[in-house]
Amino acid sequence: MKYDQARWTDDGDDRYEPLLSEKANETVEIEDAALPDDLTRDSLTLPDPAEPELARHYTRLSQMNYGVESGPFPLGSCTMKYNPSFTEDVAARPDAAIHPDRPDATVQGTLALCHRLQDYLGRIGGMDAVTLQPPAGAAGEFTGIEIAKAYHEANDEERREVVIPDSAHGTNFATAAMAGYEVVELPSDDDGRVDTEALAAAVGDDTAALMLTNPNTLGLFERDIEEIADLVHDAGGLLYYDGANLNALLGRARPGDMGFDVMHYNVHKTFATPHGGGGPGAGPVGVREGLARFLPNPHVRERDGNYEYYEPEASIGKVHGFYGNWPVLVKAFAYIARLGDAGLRDASAKAVLNANYLAEQIDYDVPFGPFHHEFVASAGEQDAADAAKRMLDYGVHPPTTKWPEIVDEALMTEPTEGETKRSLDQLAAAFDAVAAEDDETLAAAPSRPAARRIDQVSAARNPRLSWQALDDA
Amino acid sequence: MSERETERGSPYAPQTAAETTAMLDAVGAADLESLFDVPESVAFDGEFGIDARSERETKREVARLLRRNADLTEFLGRGHYDHYVPSVVDDLAGRSEFLTSYTQYQPEVAQGFLQALFEYQSMLVELTGLGVANCSMYDDATALGEAATLSQRVRSVSGDRILVPGHLREGKRAVLANYADGPGLSVESYPMDDGAVDVDALADAIDSETAMVYAETPTVRGVVEENLGAIGDLADDHDALFCLGSDPVALSLLERPVDVGADVVVGDAGSLGTGTAYGFGLGMFVTREEYLRQVPGRLVGASEDAADRRAYTLTLQTREQHIRKERATSNICTNQAWVALRTAMHAAWLGPDGLVDLANECVTRPRDLAARLDEVVGLQAPVHDRHHFREFVARTDQPASAVAGDLLDEGYAVSEVGEHLIQVCATETTAEAEDGLVAALSEVAK
Repeated sequence: MKYDQARWTDDGDDRYEPLLSEKANETVEIEDAALPDDLTRDSLTLPDPAEPELARHYTRLSQMNYGVESGPFPLGSCTMKYNPSFTEDVAARPDAAIHPDRPDATVQGTLALCHRLQDYLGRIGGMDAVTLQPPAGAAGEFTGIEIAKAYHEANDEERREVVIPDSAHGTNFATAAMAGYEVVELPSDDDGRVDTEALAAAVGDDTAALMLTNPNTLGLFERDIEEIADLVHDAGGLLYYDGANLNALLGRARPGDMGFDVMHYNVHKTFATPHGGGGPGAGPVGVREGLARFLPNPHVRERDGNYEYYEPEASIGKVHGFYGNWPVLVKAFAYIARLGDAGLRDASAKAVLNANYLAEQIDYDVPFGPFHHEFVASAGEQDAADAAKRMLDYGVHPPTTKWPEIVDEALMTEPTEGETKRSLDQLAAAFDAVAAEDDETLAAAPSRPAARRIDQVSAARNPRLSWQALDDA
Repeated sequence: MSERETERGSPYAPQTAAETTAMLDAVGAADLESLFDVPESVAFDGEFGIDARSERETKREVARLLRRNADLTEFLGRGHYDHYVPSVVDDLAGRSEFLTSYTQYQPEVAQGFLQALFEYQSMLVELTGLGVANCSMYDDATALGEAATLSQRVRSVSGDRILVPGHLREGKRAVLANYADGPGLSVESYPMDDGAVDVDALADAIDSETAMVYAETPTVRGVVEENLGAIGDLADDHDALFCLGSDPVALSLLERPVDVGADVVVGDAGSLGTGTAYGFGLGMFVTREEYLRQVPGRLVGASEDAADRRAYTLTLQTREQHIRKERATSNICTNQAWVALRTAMHAAWLGPDGLVDLANECVTRPRDLAARLDEVVGLQAPVHDRHHFREFVARTDQPASAVAGDLLDEGYAVSEVGEHLIQVCATETTAEAEDGLVAALSEVAK
């Protein structure tokens, strides 16, 4: 099949959009202010575009940006699925735009929705209680590890280590360190999964928790999960589930049933809330029975048809100044309520089918399997980062590259359920076209998007982080 | 998609039955379930018990739930503020190329968002006078927590005390306490004097073990801090970091943080661009260039592309979790980039004139409203003999809980902040409601 989906047609100067400061900067002297002079600044210099100019500026910038609605976005580990438009409408409802300091009796609608979402997420993950407060996945990890810490302290135990497989997300390591733990890195075995012998040797009296992603970042289900859970629990530690890959398992397996004690959900992955160029997301945390008393303050409960906030008896405190990323939670609720059991199960089935089909179609080698919603191909003799840049010329967003390191020149690919067979065929054609090209071609890519290859070394060696810092400003 | 069809699966998984069959054939699988490599013993064969709905029905369900929220006119602030957001912000930020994009790991196809974030960072640099702004944290509370951990990394002498004002939002303090817990920092309050920092008491409290001093302008009670320079000097004398809490509207008018010796500026930048959103915010984080390599979160920098044109990219990523793992400056990954985009749009829409006008109104409107309330029998306002920004505290002769409760019955929400203290926040969005509030308070406060 010939490739015919290229989207970048800009050329020459048309690619370029001046900075707002280059278009319309203005300085205002602060005079006759409502405050004494010694409490005010002297002047303020900022862009002052008229609304039509503003509209064109950001419209032009949007045209230099690639989103899920621009084309395939098989970025491994990120679950870039389609974000249903109607969820934007429900999150924008005027009765959702309320202040967090209202008394409980005047926010019964918000609390009812939160309570329902807590319940839905609990059922989906097999967890007994769920907090919605963490504003992102990493914040969910921090919440979960603080809960583990509080649990051990409540048992008068001081445990100093968190065990993390080498294939785990970087956030796991950073979270454990942030919570004051030492990180014990666990090597993967030859088939890409947790090495249970190494785990048995790694856990002990100092183990606070094992953080695990299942299926892991290679898309592989940890088939020994029950043995893993026993090893961790026998050592007195807790099992933490990183929910980044939950889109693989909806309705087929639940972390709570696998023996996990604490988990986070990435609603911006599994439950289709838009990634917004890096955020906002939300990272609700579920816990098994017995750990609910450590949940963040406050938590929502129902009493006689009314809802109220309360402080769990041994709460870890707060991880967000208010109640988390509320508009994102509304969107996640709407998505789950729309799909229901059948839709959620189908989403996972089609996500797994799409990954398997795409892997089958492409020429690159896929060393590990059987995988689920994502696979990690190897670019082989090619540089994976260069191959990814070349894919941009074919109008598709490339996979995550060079990670996990267990695969040489990794191309970590997650097409999600949102692609048709034809779209996957096109995607495979782009992969294969790149796979057949020489290193010189790849190194020169991309040439068609709004920017050619960007010099990362120059950006880091000579940091220019504002328009004030530009040499030509 | 008809309502009937939702029974069949996800409306956002577009494969037809024929395609599904062809794809299963291609991978050599008998059916969809055989693709799952899940041991029988942990497989889930139950139901969630969640009924599928059509799009229309789902909207009705959310509407049915949210209708239970009372229809109130809010005079609430205390860290979450309502400013009018123009429609063009919703329109432009809602463009799918922005909304549905990912973190800019492939900068060549993310130049638009990167440039917008670069512009956001630049606006914060202008507002603070400090050299480096990151492109977002979750909210003001987590940004403050990150500032505390930064103080421990960059400070040249040992010490684990974080000093915070006695008037501080409890939720913010609680988040700070969690961030402080891992690195072993202790959070201690210093006293206030008539709503502002008691500088003498702070001078007594600060010592060589102090890693960071935090102050806010405006404070959680809306007081404009008048002694920021003295606080900055105290921190500097003790080699402690001076972290200042504020927001972009206030910074458009108040003293520049760099001029009062601030080392870090945090706060809710979502006061522009978001409006009231149940505490949904945008953590602002700005600091001095000398701390560049210890900054948490993502940074957008300018560079050049292969055609030698200016281009933008995430930079200095070796500070971050996906490269540095347990030695990263923070665990943050997903942030609030889209909220930052909205803030930059709103700031550009206002322009410097509009921002200064808005900030001036945030001084005059509460001043005028406090003067009116001071005339009401049973009220004295403002309690603090200070300049205020957006909000002020009033004393009530009746118990504050009774006054606030009776006001709710009249359709107005104010905060109860003490046995005989209420707090009232007034911005341009409350302009038409102030007469009604004064009238209602005249009834319930006497």
